[in-house]
Amino acid sequence: MSSLAVPGTEPTAGTAGGTVRRPARRRRIAPLPTLTLLLGAVYCLLPVAWVVIASTKSGSELFSTFTFWPGTGFAGNLADLAAYRDGVYWRWMGNSALYAGLGALLSTCVSAISGHALAVYRFRGREALFNVLLAGVLMPPVILAVPQYLLLAQAGLTDSHLSVLLPQILSPYGVYLARIYATAAVPADVVEAARMDGAGEWRIFTRVALPMMLPGLVTVFLFQFVAVWNNFLLPYIMLSDDEKFPITLGLHTLLEQGANTPALYTLVITGAFLAVLPLVALFLVVQRFWSLDLLSGAVKS
Amino acid sequence: MPYTKRRRLVSSAVAVALGATALAACGSSSDDGEAGSGPVSLTYWTWAPGMDKVVDLWNEGPGKKEQITVTVKKQASGDTLVTKILTAHKAGQAPDLVQAEYQALPTLVSNDALADIGDGAGAAKDRFAEGVWQQTTLGTDAVYAIPQDIGPMMFYYRADLFEQYDLTVPTTWDEFAETARKLKKAAPDKDLTTFSANDSGLFAGLAQQAGARWWTTSGDRWKVGINDDATRKVAEFWGGLVKEGAIDNQPMYTPAWNKALNTGKQIAWVSAVWAPGTLTTAAPDTKGKWAMAPLPQWNDGDKRTGSWGGSSTAVTTDSAHKDAATKFAVWLNTDRTALNALAKDGGIYPASTSAQLSGAFTEPPAYFTNQPDFYRKAAEIAETTAPSAWGPNVNVAYTSFKDAFGAAAKNKSDFTAALDTMQRVTVADLKKQGFGVAE
Repeated sequence: MSSLAVPGTEPTAGTAGGTVRRPARRRRIAPLPTLTLLLGAVYCLLPVAWVVIASTKSGSELFSTFTFWPGTGFAGNLADLAAYRDGVYWRWMGNSALYAGLGALLSTCVSAISGHALAVYRFRGREALFNVLLAGVLMPPVILAVPQYLLLAQAGLTDSHLSVLLPQILSPYGVYLARIYATAAVPADVVEAARMDGAGEWRIFTRVALPMMLPGLVTVFLFQFVAVWNNFLLPYIMLSDDEKFPITLGLHTLLEQGANTPALYTLVITGAFLAVLPLVALFLVVQRFWSLDLLSGAVKS
Repeated sequence: MPYTKRRRLVSSAVAVALGATALAACGSSSDDGEAGSGPVSLTYWTWAPGMDKVVDLWNEGPGKKEQITVTVKKQASGDTLVTKILTAHKAGQAPDLVQAEYQALPTLVSNDALADIGDGAGAAKDRFAEGVWQQTTLGTDAVYAIPQDIGPMMFYYRADLFEQYDLTVPTTWDEFAETARKLKKAAPDKDLTTFSANDSGLFAGLAQQAGARWWTTSGDRWKVGINDDATRKVAEFWGGLVKEGAIDNQPMYTPAWNKALNTGKQIAWVSAVWAPGTLTTAAPDTKGKWAMAPLPQWNDGDKRTGSWGGSSTAVTTDSAHKDAATKFAVWLNTDRTALNALAKDGGIYPASTSAQLSGAFTEPPAYFTNQPDFYRKAAEIAETTAPSAWGPNVNVAYTSFKDAFGAAAKNKSDFTAALDTMQRVTVADLKKQGFGVAE
């Protein structure tokens, strides 16, 4: 989205293309790239459109009417969803918000402190530590779910909200991003100057480094929020009580009801549609911080 | 993992009977003490819809008297649940009771996750058909679960379209093939049915009807017979029909399939007793136009069917209150009020023979009001269910089926080659898991 803003800031952003050919401000649309991008957009948006339209269809309309023609059952679907097992869906929504919101917030805090420490201090084993972290980035979290379950079972924490929150607080990718960002955005001179003025390390972090890192941390928060919101395997293994399920798990139980009961397609589709809305809202709200980040980065370089 | 080599082989009767009775003996003696000493609370992993309402009946009735409270933790069904149970069992935290499909029982038992509840549940044996009960004993003297629901297979067809195209309901598979060809000639754009490779249970049930026994034991070794003569016959039959184009080769349970049933493009479905539920959502416009008949037979005059689906209630080895859990499991699957509630709220077809004709099953399903004797016929068919033979890696065989037969159906290629692949993959996996395999 923010890439659209680049042509507007022609003098600074145009340098990369300008060195090669320097086009004389031609506003001509290049057909091939545009077509490719359009195709990409259609490819990404079509399934979303399907979910939106399918959520308006009642059970009997779902498979019998034309795919992209809206149905008449949206209110009915909503009512059914809200009535399913005494409104357990809203609980799932709340759980997801808790896991993703609190989890991403805590994870961002941990990432900020670790990233700051790795970027500002020079200590023995720093690079080794960072390399271990990089290895952690490459390791899919799915592999860790079962060992984490066995560990938390030892601590007697399984089937609790904590069992889903705790493992997701440390995100190697978040720490990695925070370190990279801190290295680029917090100049060593500024830290040095703060020290000269007698600020303590904690004060330097909270008052000097943190505000400079903020746009990067927004990125970390968003990534982590989406990752937790969409996570399936970890909560699947950890939780057995469906009152504690996040939305991903809850919708899964709606689909897999055993061979003798048909899957509740209309409920799942409506539920999936509603589950995307918070993510869309979050992106719309946080987007301004994000584009600010990219632009300010571009100006500086 | 060296210990997998020593994993207990389930069905070797002598070894298990000795070991299990010893275990059960010490298990139950300590349980009696606990159960008598105060209230017991149990957790139950199940996917059946409405199970919490049925469990409420227990908690307010017999459970209150016995001071046994059961809590339902609703799960998603499928192979992943088996993995979840085994993971929990590894941490010693499996719930007291679990719902398990019949074909998953050997996997759970060979991982030592299920307790032998023969002492408390043995008396329930005569409430079930023999072929059903045998699935929960795995051919040993032990009892690892109590049957809950079953899925005897049947033939469903559009009665109105059969009449329109002058077709008769096939009683043998040869007639079935003739019917498919006749329809193709009369209406080239229609298909009798489809061969779908996305639910392995269907093919397993068809093979079971033909007399296949996929997993058996000889001595202390497993014997895999997935490409035995009976299954080969079934694979060749369906492969032939797909190849000559007499039936469709598109998968089931897709929007396209729903549409084909709803518009009468496909006019029959080989399915099981739970089909009315599926048809209600898949083909809402054709309500009252379908009829049910017994599955076609391989030999004229035979009466056999396979089963597709069905599950049981098992008690885990992690449970501290096995006797109490067994009491609940027996009540759930044999008590009249419990079974009626299960049928009403859970939509299941009970394994208990006495329940198959009472309560909710005195009237036909709403989708089949045109066939008043639906459930009487169903009970007769259920009685003819052929015995099944499951092994400890059904999930691997099933996945391999989907891959190999999915490709074969799509390319209209040789089904027996796909069957051989399935056999090879299953045997290799058994060996890799450390089981002894007889060639």
